[in-house]
Amino acid sequence: MSVLTVRDLSVVFRTETGPLSVVDKVDLSLDAGEIVGVVGESGCGKSVTAMSLTGLLPSSANVTGSAVLDGTELIGAPESVLRRVRGREVAYIFQEPMSSLNPVLTVGRQIGEVLRVHEGLKRRDARARAVELLALVGIPSPAHRVDNYPHQLSGGMRQRVMIAMAVACGPKVLVADEPTTALDVTVQAGILDVLRDLRERLGTSVLVITHDLGVIADIADRVLVMYAGRIVERAGVHDLFAAPRHHYTAGLLAASPVPGEHAGTHRLREIPGLVPVLVTQPDACTFAERCAAAEDDCRVQEPRLDPPGGSGHGAACWHPVRQRRGAAS
Amino acid sequence: MTAPALELVDLVMHFGAVRAVDGVSLTIQPGQVMALVGESGSGKSTVGRCVVRLLEPTAGTVRVAGPDITHLSRRRLRAHREDVSIVFQDPAGSLDPRMVVGDIVGEPLRLGGVSRRDRDERVRAELGRVGLRAEVARRFPHELSGGQRQRVSIARALISSPTLLVADEPTSALDVSVQAAVLNLLADLQRDLGFACLFITHDLSAVEYLADEIAVMYLGQLVEQGSRERVFAQPAHPYTQALLAAAPVADPSRQRARTRVLLGDDLPSALDPPSGCRFHTRCPLAFDRCLAEVPEPVDLGDGTAACHLVQPDGTGPDLRTTPTTARTERHA
Repeated sequence: MSVLTVRDLSVVFRTETGPLSVVDKVDLSLDAGEIVGVVGESGCGKSVTAMSLTGLLPSSANVTGSAVLDGTELIGAPESVLRRVRGREVAYIFQEPMSSLNPVLTVGRQIGEVLRVHEGLKRRDARARAVELLALVGIPSPAHRVDNYPHQLSGGMRQRVMIAMAVACGPKVLVADEPTTALDVTVQAGILDVLRDLRERLGTSVLVITHDLGVIADIADRVLVMYAGRIVERAGVHDLFAAPRHHYTAGLLAASPVPGEHAGTHRLREIPGLVPVLVTQPDACTFAERCAAAEDDCRVQEPRLDPPGGSGHGAACWHPVRQRRGAAS
Repeated sequence: MTAPALELVDLVMHFGAVRAVDGVSLTIQPGQVMALVGESGSGKSTVGRCVVRLLEPTAGTVRVAGPDITHLSRRRLRAHREDVSIVFQDPAGSLDPRMVVGDIVGEPLRLGGVSRRDRDERVRAELGRVGLRAEVARRFPHELSGGQRQRVSIARALISSPTLLVADEPTSALDVSVQAAVLNLLADLQRDLGFACLFITHDLSAVEYLADEIAVMYLGQLVEQGSRERVFAQPAHPYTQALLAAAPVADPSRQRARTRVLLGDDLPSALDPPSGCRFHTRCPLAFDRCLAEVPEPVDLGDGTAACHLVQPDGTGPDLRTTPTTARTERHA
């Protein structure tokens, strides 16, 4: 059962130097209780895609296409609708928790504020609920921590507070934008456990946006790979890592050091060239200039995800990677 | 025998009450790459800054290619500037935005009194060596991509043929595909030019690819050091074991099947480090002695580990197989 269905989502920014295409014809679906990962390098449009869903982009962004959340169309919806959706139906957590938290309010006040605004709770009830939420995200002695200020918490704790705040109103969809990027590795795993736990206990659907294939490998059920504004590959997590079909995906995997596999002698594989900056999206494969397998047709016709709209393994590539290294488990 | 490229003896760097580095000793032989690994707040970057004397250490000794440079004045330091260079994490912040690339890369030579014409020639050669076209010399940093800018930093650092390169998280700000290129470049240059390198990083997977030796820092102190092979195959200190277990692997089957080691969130403050072993507040194996007594480094033959539970033959408990911390209920 799909909670969120995105079709043909495009975002073009108006800039001083003219239009800039950042997201192009993105299709995405998120089932109830599913964790979908969107992976790509900086500038690929993964965060802009997520922000566009609830109208969080500045007015210079022109968003077209469709995003239906439980029967409600979000793209072009009036601000009054979006305000209800944000927080209650779709909640966000971002990379840097310190800049998302108010330094002069206790975490209990900040979580409580969400509950008082959205749920109309009284101050005392909001505080009690805040303690429950802190416990839910694995903060030890929550009744004590609820009176802490953000600076009294470690980075991992702050991110847990952000998650508690995000799920305070029981959203259907949680968007986690680089949730572990600013954290140390010994703390990252704990945050991913919290997200997984929320899915299991509350049935929350999670959209994880990251550049880190390790995070994807850890937590995602399905994966979308983005490059220069487009989704270039869509696959179940095991299929993606075992048998990538798009040459960009294969390149990213080969460029990532895997412990135990690159000791001493191995060279990492490089992807030559640079990500293009696109004024308009061409009728061509935008990866062709960097792709060793590119042929003439790649430069004159845009490959689309095949099959479009579904959730099976597909790549937007005219000459997909053929080899099958090992079987997907 | 030639002097070590770098020798730190009991290096201490305090910022007021903050004990950022508290007694670090390590030695890098000429041509060797040592990775200094630790999480944020461990003091690893502070060590790097002491080595290039951006900071004057509170106590201890820094010897670069022989001479003691710990407390040299700025003027007397000049004579040793060519021995050691540094590459920073964020090339955008470490390149002067008003200078063209050619002047940035040639700056160390200009300070060394090399003539303009000789400089231009060597700048061109150096740019070529890091994989940049000669015409990049006329560009400003903002006209380049992140990966290109980091190549400029590397060219600037290497143009004076240093004995020692300090690379402080040189790839952390870069995208995965660009990271690979910069790591490959550093590995090639190191092999071709033979400089020694202190590679500061939080990313163990990058280290495995480059380093001969690994030193692990926790809260201002070294907890373990040894050869790359030994540290990856048989990490002795519980913290090293936790770090290795926590580094995410881009392989869903391996990533989901492995034993999780969770340390809890609280890295203690360097203002008031824990008594005894500084890791005891997060160590699942800590017992009475760890709270009371600072562990001395145990000589393992291949490196050292500072833990009360580690035996001289390198045996000791393994966090990754200790049932009290194992969280294996989760599978793909």
